[in-house]
Amino acid sequence: MSHLSDRIFGLAVILVALVYIASAMQIQVSFLSDPVGSKAFPIGVASVAIICAVVMILRPDEEPEWPELWTVFSIIISIVLLIGYSYALKPLGFIIPTAIVASALSYQITPKPKFAVLSGLGLSLGLFVLFKFILDLGLIGFPKGWFV
Amino acid sequence: MDILANLSLGFGIALSPYTLMLAVIGCFIGTIVGALPGLGPSNGVAIMIPLTFSLGLDAVAALVLLTSIYYGAMYGGRISSILLNIPGDEPALMTTLDGYPMAKAGRAGDALVISGFASFIGAFLATIGLMVLAPLLSRVAYQFGPAEYFALYLLAFSTLGGISSNNQAKAALASCIGLMIAMIGLDPNSGLPRMTGGNLHLYDGVDFLVAIVGLFAVSEIFFFIESHGKSSAVGIKVDKVTVPWAEIWSTRWTMLRSSALGFFAGVLPGAGASLGSFMTYMMEKSIAGEKGGFGTGVAKGVAAPEAGNNAAAGGALVPMLTLGVPGSGTTAVLLAVLVTLNITPGPMLFTERPEVVWGLIASLLIANFVLLAMNVPMVKIFVKILSVPPALLLPGVTMVSFVGIYSLTGSYFDLLLVVAFGVLGYVLRKLDIPTVPVILGILLGHQMEKQLRDAMVLSDGEWQYLFSSGISTGLIIASILGFLAPIFLRRILTKPQAVSD
Repeated sequence: MSHLSDRIFGLAVILVALVYIASAMQIQVSFLSDPVGSKAFPIGVASVAIICAVVMILRPDEEPEWPELWTVFSIIISIVLLIGYSYALKPLGFIIPTAIVASALSYQITPKPKFAVLSGLGLSLGLFVLFKFILDLGLIGFPKGWFV
Repeated sequence: MDILANLSLGFGIALSPYTLMLAVIGCFIGTIVGALPGLGPSNGVAIMIPLTFSLGLDAVAALVLLTSIYYGAMYGGRISSILLNIPGDEPALMTTLDGYPMAKAGRAGDALVISGFASFIGAFLATIGLMVLAPLLSRVAYQFGPAEYFALYLLAFSTLGGISSNNQAKAALASCIGLMIAMIGLDPNSGLPRMTGGNLHLYDGVDFLVAIVGLFAVSEIFFFIESHGKSSAVGIKVDKVTVPWAEIWSTRWTMLRSSALGFFAGVLPGAGASLGSFMTYMMEKSIAGEKGGFGTGVAKGVAAPEAGNNAAAGGALVPMLTLGVPGSGTTAVLLAVLVTLNITPGPMLFTERPEVVWGLIASLLIANFVLLAMNVPMVKIFVKILSVPPALLLPGVTMVSFVGIYSLTGSYFDLLLVVAFGVLGYVLRKLDIPTVPVILGILLGHQMEKQLRDAMVLSDGEWQYLFSSGISTGLIIASILGFLAPIFLRRILTKPQAVSD
């Protein structure tokens, strides 16, 4: 049981590398080709990756300390938040999504609600002023159509 | 006399008020970034790159700004090592061994000043070494053809894991992951898409800035969520900062020896600053012997790794500028800076863009003096930075990373990739798989494949061509030895672990 992580990761790498090799085989070849071509290098690298993964499975290291289930859950929440943030930044502008996501991340690190909300708001407004007015980056503050 | 003429060219560029101002700003930001617990030079510079490019600075100005940030972060890293026992990155680990005990003994101010001087000596001597050695090496590099370059990249990848990783298979796997990601996009020879899975967003390939920011900066937030922002170490207050001249003078030979050794460790491809600070600490420890009291908080134990670490950082610029092969995580990030600025490092850089090389060297020298001035009298200002709570700092770092990438590419897809790389970085670091080779793979993958294919075009597909010259054969043998040696050396050289409270 104690060496499971390395073995699972090794297995995952082998699967990904096999898919990678399979799709490298499908690469379209142009008529003007060089002796090596587009396929050889990706296939070679993926093969070396498979060798490394096999070594990892055969000689795994000590198990790392994984966080407990509740922490894994809050890491997953923050991943989902960041994915949402990626989609929201363009349509919703900078200030609102940043305030929400920064507060949520802050709360996940140290669960103090008041501090989290204040840091979220402060970061959102402070960074907006810094980026927009001092560094002159092309950021949009609010959704289009508000304050026009 | 060549060097003097070149230097005056460099200073002509670097001493303009505008560039000077950028250098000062860069040093200031860099020291803050380096001092922040959990942020080291690599991730510090990583978040700053996209922002700098969005500012629309020209090549020399951007380079001056980012290298000052890089040097500043190297200086700043020692603050969190000494006061909090939290090294910002791998090379700073050695500074905690004597710096933290010294701070606990109430001599935090002395430790900061001594390490500041040691950093200055190390970085200054290394910059001079860089001026002497780099032009020589760039002359040798003219004899490099595709086969030699391919062998050189091989050497870089096989030695990079080396000392810093505990498991060669994992280090090699990390390089492969990077190279596999680099292959995504349009094939450079045929112009046809590869490995994109039909996703149009991937036709341009994966931008290494996205990977750097994800792997270095965003993965950090998951670690902080895991630890709930609790750091085991308690911060130590700095009361009065005086300059302990006598003690600094007593470490003069330590600083000189460590600078020389650190510089050469930095020049070796793949070794970098970790090896520099490790070797210098061990060397000084054995010279001082049992009576030296290394590990209990002595001045030499602080001076040696800081001089070695900063000298190695300068030394690592030699292969990076002359051959385009970075030796460490931070030089990999700097290479990313150059590539993004459309500057191709290599021997041609010295003849075609001398203003870039010598402007960079001159600004390194200037940055060094600025940093000494900032870090000794003003060290108390930077110490205040340490009290920023992680619950404010980490969301801030994440948001800055996202905005940097977003304002550079304007694409939500790249932000999704940043998140993906953040998760990948978390898993890799949990499994003790180094992330620097992944970056290097993404950065150098195209070049490595191109050189191999060019070599095969030249030889009409004869594989023996890779061994046709002495240089390439030597490099390939060195890369095999460099890959195998750590497996045996690791039993003899055991790395000292961080001191615990």
